[in-house]
Amino acid sequence: MSAPLLEVEDLRISFPARQGRFEAVRGVSFAMGRERLGIVGESGSGKSLTGRAILGLVPHPGRVTATRLAFDGEELQGLGERRLRRLRGRHITMVMQDPRFSLNPVMQVGQQIEEAYRRHARTGRAAARRQTLAALEAVQIRDPERVYRLYPHQVSGGMGQRIMIAMMLIPQPQLLIADEPTSALDVTVQAQVLALIEELVSRRGMGLILISHDLDLVARHCDRVLIMYAGRVVESCRADRLWEAQHPYSRGLLAAVPRIGDTRTRLPTLDRDPAWSA
Amino acid sequence: MSGRAPRLRAWLSSDTPASRRQAAAGRWYRDWLALRGNTLAMVGLVIVVGLVLTALIGPLLPIQSPIDPDLPMRLKPPSGAHWLGTDELGRDILSRIIHGAGATLTIVILVAVIVVPIGLLVGTVAGYLGGWIDAVLMRITDIFLAFPRLVLALAFVAALKPGIENAIIAIALTSWPPYARLARAETITIKHAAFIQAAELQGAGAWHILWHHVVPLCLASVVVRLTLDMAGIILTAAGLGFLGLGAQPPTAEWGAMISTGREYLLDQWWVATMPGIAIFVVSLGFNLLGDGLRDLLDPKR
Amino acid sequence: MIEVEQLTVAFGSGAQRLAVVRDVSFSVPAGGAFGLVGESGAGKSTVLNAVAGLLGGWQGRITLAGRSVQERRTLADRRLVQMVFQDPYGALHPRHSVDRILAEPAGIHGLDRIEARIVEALAAVGLGPEQRFRFPHQLSGGQRQRVAIARALILEPRVLLLDEPTSALDVSVQAEVLNLLRRLREERGITLVMVSHNLAVISFLCDRLAVMQHGRVVETLQASQLRDGQVAEAYTRELLAASGG
Repeated sequence: MSAPLLEVEDLRISFPARQGRFEAVRGVSFAMGRERLGIVGESGSGKSLTGRAILGLVPHPGRVTATRLAFDGEELQGLGERRLRRLRGRHITMVMQDPRFSLNPVMQVGQQIEEAYRRHARTGRAAARRQTLAALEAVQIRDPERVYRLYPHQVSGGMGQRIMIAMMLIPQPQLLIADEPTSALDVTVQAQVLALIEELVSRRGMGLILISHDLDLVARHCDRVLIMYAGRVVESCRADRLWEAQHPYSRGLLAAVPRIGDTRTRLPTLDRDPAWSA
Repeated sequence: MSGRAPRLRAWLSSDTPASRRQAAAGRWYRDWLALRGNTLAMVGLVIVVGLVLTALIGPLLPIQSPIDPDLPMRLKPPSGAHWLGTDELGRDILSRIIHGAGATLTIVILVAVIVVPIGLLVGTVAGYLGGWIDAVLMRITDIFLAFPRLVLALAFVAALKPGIENAIIAIALTSWPPYARLARAETITIKHAAFIQAAELQGAGAWHILWHHVVPLCLASVVVRLTLDMAGIILTAAGLGFLGLGAQPPTAEWGAMISTGREYLLDQWWVATMPGIAIFVVSLGFNLLGDGLRDLLDPKR
Repeated sequence: MIEVEQLTVAFGSGAQRLAVVRDVSFSVPAGGAFGLVGESGAGKSTVLNAVAGLLGGWQGRITLAGRSVQERRTLADRRLVQMVFQDPYGALHPRHSVDRILAEPAGIHGLDRIEARIVEALAAVGLGPEQRFRFPHQLSGGQRQRVAIARALILEPRVLLLDEPTSALDVSVQAEVLNLLRRLREERGITLVMVSHNLAVISFLCDRLAVMQHGRVVETLQASQLRDGQVAEAYTRELLAASGG
């Protein structure tokens, strides 16, 4: 296999606390190629921070250190802000949870996509507009001309996410990080948006990191899964082998999810072993 | 003695308080620690506390009389005998400033005591009940807001007799509208919160909800606004005093002192400048304290 | 215990009149657990708010414990129905301690033995006495939701309404809260009505459910039918498929 698309070795993220520092991510290591990787965890597990660290978007006063944090062979740490900005948005992009908070409320959505495009491709307005309309069509928006002129508050959640995806995929990135992209959406829309992401990613041969708290979702839409707890990766396995997970936290999490078919009268609850967060 | 302080501190900072008293005390303690960390706010607090102490204790100190004239000593510059000099009637300026602190403090406290309850009442009722009650109350607020503070105060005081009580009422009447607006804005923000709905669900009446749920959440921003407003109130009072409409002579009052000192500004600058510095320092103190309180009560902490 | 007949809720007037809930009817026997499922905008929370007495301007008939209730509820009505809200972070007053939050309803209704009731309620939801004087910002999401449930239980209601009580919680915490709700129902015979967009959660806790879409009830079925996949309507099937059933 060629060089991995992304290499992360001993990633640590800490924040100042009342006494000393608090480590939110404690030594996360993984490598991925052009595949779909899922990162699952509950709140506080550090999964979102891990995604942001790859893009260099961990908010101040967080401190990020890693033995190696490389994209396509290039070490990301110590890169100047200008180079990092070129990577961001052009080679690595991110879709976040709520499109309402990611889109500028006073600009037409089409203009926002165009703006994102022109920042990375030196083309004229007309060419950019054409690309924007093509991007909207690619995310299965049937009426791109009309949607172009809409404002964010006029679009539904599902469409807003499609617009975000269009915006994030227009520069033809190699890696897409999706942080809870469907948590704010209805169940039926979730399925559509995830199918869309999957299709685009596989067609373009991109890598995908899908961050979620929903184990089932990740199992269905990824090739490999990392399970995080208290800042560490406690399990790494193939998505179709998730049910054979070894770590007690993974097994506990799997068992605690209610399922339509089962007839249990009591859901097993996690017995949090302090050893897991040691 | 050495064992008590750390034990008290532990009791106050406990994460699992065992009684209502302990929980409340713990909260005050944590707020105090946060305030203490802010140097500028502490400077402000020291100044404000200084003002209060001066107003309370000052007049009891064996200092020179602020009202008995001593004509041979008039308009003397600052010296060992008169640290801040003497005014046009030979009275010690430092002593007058100390006695004038009482007038300033009285004005500030009484205005606060009038303005905060009225503002909270009007604002929370308007915000919570909405509809025509909101419209009527806000129009009344707008009417009072339209008056320039000093002009209305002037008219009021000129119509009745000049004096410190009327000055206070006049200032209060023009100062309450912003608090009503503030309280109303906060009320509207939290009106639909789940905990308010829960209280309604339990059968709580509107007054219960306003008093127990809404007002405690408005109080923070109202108090901050008040502290920052103090400077303006003090200046307005000084303005009234300057125009002869505040405390009447021979009572020492900082604004009036500036007014009478105006004539001597070029040659005997201290007569007007010293009370001016006092007003400046006190206003600054309230501003710094207000900023510190605002940082403290910011919900993002 | 609960009978809802032809409930209609509309906002606005004239040309802008928007019916958020149309002609919704269902009934829940005493001690039963009923689910209202649907996607956002289906009107399910609105139905719950109407039953809870938090909403005005509805039409139709709502009967609780044999008595027809109006928009304005009496104090006695209030003791009958209580509700747990979705967002644990907005459900508790940020400046009230847990103790005060639990004492409030008891105070409003003039109950006796307030101290004992608070201690009982905390124990019933699995919170220890060390939580009693804490403030909401010192509690986790799951703990806050437990306090919200304890608050709802203090008045010993016969009906407990739940508006997406676990959707803001982590999976492991959700499991604990769902177990708690189930246990409370078994021990106290409370009637439950739960709104959720999550079919799995509904199927765990409820006997029967109604599927809502665009303000109408599309289908009413038993939870067992859901488990066996015996659904009549296409929309229900769509929901089931999307939920991984």
